[in-house]
Amino acid sequence: MTLLAPHQPANKSDQAKAAHGSAGLAASNAWKSAALALCLGLLAVALFASLGIGAKAIAPLAAGQALWGIGTPETLVIINELRLPRTAIGLLAGMSLAVGGALIQALTRNPLADPGILGVNAGAGFAVVLAVAFLGITHISQYIWFAFAGAVLATLAVYLIGSRGRGGATPARLTLSGVALGAVLGGISNGMTLLNPEAFDRMRYWGAGTLNNRTLPMVGVIAPFVILGLVLAVLCTRSLNTLALGDEASLALGTNIGLTRAVVIVAVTLLCGAATAAAGPIGFVGLMIPHISRWIVGPDQRWILCFSMILGPVLLLVSDVLGRIVVPPGEMQVGVVTALLGAPVLIWLVRRKQASGL
Amino acid sequence: MSAVDFGPGHRVLRIGRIWLRVQPRQLLLAALLSVLAAALGLYALATGDYTLGLGEVLNTLAGAGEASSQRVVLQWRLPRVLMALLLGAALGASGAIFQSMTRNPLGSPDIIGFNTGAYTGALAVMLVFGGGYFQVALGALAGGLATAAVVYALSFKNGSEGFRLIIVGIAVSAILASANTWLILRSELEDAMSAAIWGAGSLNAIGWDQAIPAAAVALPLALGAMACTRRMRLLELGDDAAVALGINTESSKLSLLVIGVALTALATAAAGPIAFISLAAPQIARRIMGSAGVSLAYSALLGAVLLLASDVLAQRVLENTSLPVGVVTVSIGGVYLIWLLLREARRQ
Repeated sequence: MTLLAPHQPANKSDQAKAAHGSAGLAASNAWKSAALALCLGLLAVALFASLGIGAKAIAPLAAGQALWGIGTPETLVIINELRLPRTAIGLLAGMSLAVGGALIQALTRNPLADPGILGVNAGAGFAVVLAVAFLGITHISQYIWFAFAGAVLATLAVYLIGSRGRGGATPARLTLSGVALGAVLGGISNGMTLLNPEAFDRMRYWGAGTLNNRTLPMVGVIAPFVILGLVLAVLCTRSLNTLALGDEASLALGTNIGLTRAVVIVAVTLLCGAATAAAGPIGFVGLMIPHISRWIVGPDQRWILCFSMILGPVLLLVSDVLGRIVVPPGEMQVGVVTALLGAPVLIWLVRRKQASGL
Repeated sequence: MSAVDFGPGHRVLRIGRIWLRVQPRQLLLAALLSVLAAALGLYALATGDYTLGLGEVLNTLAGAGEASSQRVVLQWRLPRVLMALLLGAALGASGAIFQSMTRNPLGSPDIIGFNTGAYTGALAVMLVFGGGYFQVALGALAGGLATAAVVYALSFKNGSEGFRLIIVGIAVSAILASANTWLILRSELEDAMSAAIWGAGSLNAIGWDQAIPAAAVALPLALGAMACTRRMRLLELGDDAAVALGINTESSKLSLLVIGVALTALATAAAGPIAFISLAAPQIARRIMGSAGVSLAYSALLGAVLLLASDVLAQRVLENTSLPVGVVTVSIGGVYLIWLLLREARRQ
């Protein structure tokens, strides 16, 4: 931990402060359950809105019937071919990004960390640029494997760099190696696109992040990775709770720190790699949702994960729906809308109460 | 009792009442870095489409030499080299200020949204209104300063708590980044690409006309930064300790913030938001020097070397094409940081 040497005292006092007054808005389990139910209701509304709202509005009932194959041919095509895959990808990507963000913030104990910090976005972007510039790949469904492979390889490299030496993958070393590798890959991608107008044109659309033009097979491709990632995430919540106390205390409580780190990183890679492959690099969800969840429920990772898993898709789906109607006849990419929608909420929340760090 | 650990092996030089704490090892390394900067500068002055010998370059710098080499070296290449050093130093120093203030190795002027705001301002000038170098610089300056002011105002509530500043900064930058993406998506490919090149950060447009005003702004900022060093050190101990040691934390933070932002603003207005120097220079400097915290002077020195080296590479790596320097700074800065991390791991 040579990196943070002068910063340590301050961090410790921050942690003490956080632990002292750290209960969230919902203090008791009953309140937390009520809040959870409310969030589930929001998610249901968001799902139906995503099926129903767009260039052609479809009533919730008709949308529900169309899922079972009842309705006019036009409605069936719109719902099942266009909006269902889009909604499903939004749901999966929202869950993945928010849970991935919660995991990486807990692991690195850094409130600035987001999935991008492990090089996920940079790796995926780099692989897609290579595919576009050198292999002449043009279709979105072909990007998905490149993006996923790029994300996985980049995260693996970050972990290998960050975990060398005694002490293994400490938060500070992981963060720095992620930033460093991300910068290298991002810089090279940027250089390649600036020299190649066609690649630049494709990458500016991919890089904005969108749920448009997705197909059901793409959902099938990413779903297994997302589910596996979520299972791993749930398995390591208890260990993450002890990690928040610091490495020594965590060790004393019987946590296998190295194993926890490795499992968390595998989970984040699966989740965020899949989400980025399917929807492009969407930045804000993974950063903001864990903060909001923490402010609602306090520092317990089990609750944070639950709320992130629900609020992530709410933000992503609502943003996507807004993006469809805000600039007719065109659409605003979901990656653009998430920040426009989420950032004011984040500012309001951080001003409203004594927000806890980590 | 000394409040701050200055690390092993320091000496104190005294001349009457003036004293300076120095570490011979660090001074030697700093001298080596300066020599490296000078060598890189000479190389940059000598090479290019029109190659000169080292002797010719030195002659020309001394005022002798042919008219053609005078023009190439003094009019074309020298301002660019000097600006690379100056802006690199400004970025390194502002990175050191922000990392010290936020006590976070990810701290950089970006956290208060400066660069994103500057990019928004520049994009608005380039893509919506249309304008040349100085209009774009002005737009970037206005955008960046307005963003920093908004972030500071929004995060101010019974004092500016570091964590709230960071979160508000992230939120505001995210909004502006969305606006930037949207502006780039809406415009013609050609305009979008030239905007993206500015956005990467480039020294291609630099001449004396740009370098002289930048240097005039840099001088008072450098003095201000030096005056703040001691308070910066004490603030690193935490707000409570700093108050106990007699520091007015709020005004110190504000003056550090203003100087840090102004240093970045200078670099961004002159050359676009050159990424990564302010992030990497303080961390690399700390590892090379083995100092206890991030150091303003060494970060500035390292930033200067880093930007000049990147610019030389950016001009030479591909024939007939001059890459934006920002593309190279992230690449070589990142590679070097990875190497440092690996070396540190081996030594443990």
